[in-house]
Amino acid sequence: MATVDVDLPHVKDEDPHHHGPAKGLGRWLYTTNHKDIGSMYLIFSLCMFMIGGTMALIIRAELFQPGLQLVEPNFFNQMTTMHGLIMVFGAVMPAFVGLANWMIPMQVGAPDMALPRMNNWSFWILPFAFLILLSSLFMPGGAPNFGWTFYAPLSTTYAPESVTFFIFGVHIMGASSIMGAINIIATILNMRAPGMTLLKMPLFVWTWLITAFLLIAVMPVLAGVVTMMLMDIHFGTSFFNAAGGGDPVLFQHVFWFFGHPEVYIMILPAFGIISEIIPTFARKRLFGYASMVYAVASIALLSFVVWAHHMFTVGMPLVGEVFFMFATMLIAVPTGVKVFNWVATMFRGSLTFETPMLFALAFVVLFTIGGFSGLMLAIAPADFQYHDTYFVVAHFHYVLVPGAIFSIMAATYYWLPKWTGHQLNETMGKIHFWLSFVGVNITFFPMHFVGLAGMPRRIPDYALQFADFNSMASVGAFIFGFSQLVFIYNVIQNVRVGEKATAQVWEGAQGLEWTLPSPAPYHTFSTPPEVK
Amino acid sequence: MAVQNEKQTKRLAVRLATAAVVMFGFGFALVPLYDVLCDITGLNGKNFNQGPTQIAVVDGSRTVKVQFITVNPANMPWSFEPTERSIRVSPGEDRQTVFYAKNPTSKWMVAQAVPSVTPSEAAPYLHKVNCFCFERQPLEAGADTEMPLLFVVDPELPEYISTITLSYALYDLTSEQKITQVKPSKDKGRVSL
Repeated sequence: MATVDVDLPHVKDEDPHHHGPAKGLGRWLYTTNHKDIGSMYLIFSLCMFMIGGTMALIIRAELFQPGLQLVEPNFFNQMTTMHGLIMVFGAVMPAFVGLANWMIPMQVGAPDMALPRMNNWSFWILPFAFLILLSSLFMPGGAPNFGWTFYAPLSTTYAPESVTFFIFGVHIMGASSIMGAINIIATILNMRAPGMTLLKMPLFVWTWLITAFLLIAVMPVLAGVVTMMLMDIHFGTSFFNAAGGGDPVLFQHVFWFFGHPEVYIMILPAFGIISEIIPTFARKRLFGYASMVYAVASIALLSFVVWAHHMFTVGMPLVGEVFFMFATMLIAVPTGVKVFNWVATMFRGSLTFETPMLFALAFVVLFTIGGFSGLMLAIAPADFQYHDTYFVVAHFHYVLVPGAIFSIMAATYYWLPKWTGHQLNETMGKIHFWLSFVGVNITFFPMHFVGLAGMPRRIPDYALQFADFNSMASVGAFIFGFSQLVFIYNVIQNVRVGEKATAQVWEGAQGLEWTLPSPAPYHTFSTPPEVK
Repeated sequence: MAVQNEKQTKRLAVRLATAAVVMFGFGFALVPLYDVLCDITGLNGKNFNQGPTQIAVVDGSRTVKVQFITVNPANMPWSFEPTERSIRVSPGEDRQTVFYAKNPTSKWMVAQAVPSVTPSEAAPYLHKVNCFCFERQPLEAGADTEMPLLFVVDPELPEYISTITLSYALYDLTSEQKITQVKPSKDKGRVSL
């Protein structure tokens, strides 16, 4: 990472102009403070993570044995759909936005986000989006049951009535994401402290800058595709209805034009977090800072030309399959650069293994496994076997759970002392880590095998030969799910009690945020720091 | 400094919001783009080759399997199926087959079959010389009919394609027919999709 030498005395907590937070509920409703909004995003994301996780456990409980035991197939489909939607749009994305809110102003030396009022709004519409989405569970006909990818015509002609609520929910959360992205770009481009040049920015800031551009480019396309669905359902258009001259395959193209950049939206900030944590605990500068930035930028650009690898089986011409196959494989190059740089950062470093570092290390190893299974899926001729099997489920859970989710947990443990002012309870953290690490692998590794053997995804029942691996996965899922209670307990305890944390918190930590006292005062960097 | 910064921020925010609106439009622009692309390349099997063709040479060195599939969309009560599931033909050879349709309802109905070819690369090479899908098909209540299809596989068909699937979806056009009072046309014009 770039050198950040700072003149310290700019931290003025006791400035008479700076009042503390307002009292009562109003503080949270009307706040424009980036730290408050960041906390609300993170708490919201944690709630959604628990709701989405409960749905995952319902799915795994049903799949513990072959046959139908606990839930109706239609309810099972609602669970897979809602689990996907809530985890993607409710847990992972808001968690990253929350971290961005907390950390980006502190990392670039800004007093707050560039557009604080909009920041408040972009958070507060989010709970309503998910209230609308979750309320569909209690509607006649049930919640959306067509999978989180909501392929038409399953999601139009054959959808339950509640699909309209789903569409409005997606509109609102899309608006929230776009506003959040505009805010983040404006903050990073306009609010940096003097001397903080672009190539001195911490990598978390860099990855979020690029992610925000991705969000602005593709969230409107998602809004567009659900709007087309809305018009097909209610206004008699035929975008996706072959009988009226439309084309269902068009849906898949437009959806994945959004969908593929979307999966990078969920992993690029994770790259940034890991690039912050590993240097701290290796007590070395990040190896290849510039190449990390260029790698992220090229991954983001490539994400726009690979979407059809999600739909190799729709009957594309050979040229298309070959193009999308090689374009997809090309992404392995910048991703490989990142993994090698992380390893090189650790090489001959003075490593210590505090909880954030453990999660970061698990991220590097397990995300790489997920990356490799992604490469396997990218091979067009082989994909005809893997398509829509549990192999795909194993792949994207490996990149999203020990990828995105572990990075969010690593970030929480890493910055929590800065937020609360209390040192972390390492024992609890390590218990949480090891339970999660073991649980995740028991859950998702067997899915590779049943997938290769041909078990389709999104089914409530399966052939007998898949029984052992499925019961194994279910046991793992419950271990992983319940170990998150340790995490919640640990965080709550940390907020309430704990040893006083120092400003730097971690011995090897570098960067502007560690020059601030712990807990970070309500207003920080009202006078910009001087970065040399 | 601060005021200028605020102006800059506002300008940037407006630009980014405009970009978001443009991308929303781009999502919709993908629809005609997709149709144009399919039209040019013949992807998606939407390419119609109809009317008489001049193919004199029969390529006797290989045969191609042509499979027939029929699909009834929701709310289409007719029985509709091919009389032959698949035929082997030599490229260049004229072949005729017949599809069976029955209107089991108690009212007069009109239907239109819409073809689609898989793999889509094969679509430009399957010539329909005469097809029931060129015209709307009226059927009295309870009546049935046999509908002919005359086709040729182009000898230019790439070697690696050995099976072509021709799928027909049969759509109910009765309500539209009643409104416009159009008689089943005799000209073999393009069926517009």
